[in-house]
Amino acid sequence: MEPLMPDETYAVEVNGLVKDFPAVRAVNHLSFNVAAGEIFGLVGPDGAGKTTTLRVLAGVMAPQAGSAMVCGSDVVRDPEAVKQHISYMPQRFGLYEDLTVRENIRFYADLFGVSRREREAASARLLAACGMSDFQNRPAGTLSGGMKQKLGLVCALIHTPKLLLLDEPTNGVDPLSRREFWAMLYDLAGRGVTIVNSTAYLDEAERCHRVALMHRGRLLFCDQPDRLKQRMPGAVVAVTSPVASRLRDELGHVEGVSGALLIGDAVRLFVDDAARRIPEITRVLDSRGVPYDEVVRVTPSIEDLFVNAVTALER
Amino acid sequence: MAAGVFAPGPDSISVIVEDLVKRFGAFTAVDHLTFEARRGEVFGFLGPNGSGKSTTIRILCGLLRPTSGRARVAGYDVAREPEAVRQHIGYMSQKFSLYNDLTVMENLRFYGGLYSVTGALLRERIAWALQMAGLEGREHRRTAVLPGGWKQRLALGCALLHRPPIVFLDEPTSGVDPLSRRRFWELIQQMAAEGVTVFVSTHYMDEAEYCNRLALLMRGRMIALGAPSELKLDAVQGDLMLLEADSLQRAIDIVRLLPQIRDTAVFGNGLHLVVARAAEAENAIRQAMAAAGVGIVRLQVIRPSLEDAFVALTTRASESEAEARP
Repeated sequence: MEPLMPDETYAVEVNGLVKDFPAVRAVNHLSFNVAAGEIFGLVGPDGAGKTTTLRVLAGVMAPQAGSAMVCGSDVVRDPEAVKQHISYMPQRFGLYEDLTVRENIRFYADLFGVSRREREAASARLLAACGMSDFQNRPAGTLSGGMKQKLGLVCALIHTPKLLLLDEPTNGVDPLSRREFWAMLYDLAGRGVTIVNSTAYLDEAERCHRVALMHRGRLLFCDQPDRLKQRMPGAVVAVTSPVASRLRDELGHVEGVSGALLIGDAVRLFVDDAARRIPEITRVLDSRGVPYDEVVRVTPSIEDLFVNAVTALER
Repeated sequence: MAAGVFAPGPDSISVIVEDLVKRFGAFTAVDHLTFEARRGEVFGFLGPNGSGKSTTIRILCGLLRPTSGRARVAGYDVAREPEAVRQHIGYMSQKFSLYNDLTVMENLRFYGGLYSVTGALLRERIAWALQMAGLEGREHRRTAVLPGGWKQRLALGCALLHRPPIVFLDEPTSGVDPLSRRRFWELIQQMAAEGVTVFVSTHYMDEAEYCNRLALLMRGRMIALGAPSELKLDAVQGDLMLLEADSLQRAIDIVRLLPQIRDTAVFGNGLHLVVARAAEAENAIRQAMAAAGVGIVRLQVIRPSLEDAFVALTTRASESEAEARP
């Protein structure tokens, strides 16, 4: 482990964090650091420990062991100081369904002690950024799922936190709204706000600057998405075919192919050596008369890496 | 498409939707929708919130009467024979409508009763469901304590106890670990190969990739229909490029001013750029970046993802709608 840097370098420092619940160890010796202005993703399925980690960082839940520093303050010894620096958006953000968009924003602005002038400026800017300027007088209860999530973010950002903690913020949000949501996050990060967010979807992980892949309370990997993919042993080859299911069965037993995954009209093949196996795969398909579009080496996905690591763990 | 798996003929169509309309007061939730789904097809609905996905599925499940138009599901008319439709479909939502305080076996028996499957047939189907879901030996576990992936397969088993020819899955693998998710989709694709028609509605592109065909809905209309690979090819007009630079923020400011760049989106440490012609755009980008003194780490043409396709198609549809307005 590298020596710890001075406080101002890291917005978040987590060391050996442990959190137990009656029947389960939700977080199991977790350590990671997040630099200021970084978008950091906690990525993993339900039960991986993402929400618990965020709650500890928000200073609303004390760990059994280990430490967590947030913007230089200790979450256990000084949770109130932590709360000054952060904004936390839980999975179910408390919007008042019978209040309008404007009224909800106003409520949170008052809660955070934001002045009227600051509030008006921030509110106009944030609503424009997420395409909601025309919805200010709509009751929150009548908004679609995606809009509710965006309003939650607007409320969480009505003051300017140093650290933004988001628990599965894009759950149930469509891809277009998700892009707008992420554009807002990138903008914030560009202005120096640190963001720690969680997601169960591995394709969401690609958008983070750095991710911690979590499984049952433990950290599997922590790195930039691009570098994570390079850690996948072997290579992944994709073949698209009108008879993808048959193709999968034909190729499952070819030498050097350790797995074949049918995904719609494509098959993903896990091979030891792409350069060597692609010609062989092509030859097998041609000789057996299986129609296909092309056989190409593709970048492994984070899901490929995750499945590979978890399979190895459970073996 | 060379449909090797599915025998052609009148029986090969399991869902027919013709000019379907559903209005709620002044609001048109489903706006003249027409499509067919073949037996054994995995058919996906994609669309922004409020695009009409859920309304369409509720109509196809016989839960909601259409305002006009026609839909036949497994040979039954959804408006005139909704009970028959409901007997021939299975439905599984992301909330897995299981009883947490019941055991695995009790949940299966409960759903058997609901679908009027009884006696020896029920025992046989329960044995099948347990085997399919990998829950043999865990019959007497309380559902609440099962891991997410197991719950999900149990919910699927419950939804399939009456062997429906058509199943509807609503964001079926939300929150499930990737290993269980892959196993789930193996099961679904196997069922499809045996002739079950599967409808999936989702926001998640990794779920959508598993579909044979995708219908992209927006404001109740279908704006695209095709295999994931076709949509990816057709949707992005021009080329898609990836740009990584020393300073992402400065790179954004530079490329946004270039006329060759139609659209930019940040992706982690890089930018996705939609351009008319890659070669032309590459020159312009390199020149502009060099002039500003920002280093290029990577600049290359990439294949559009399904999400790129989704965003391109929905943006184009809303632009042409805006133009059509007076």
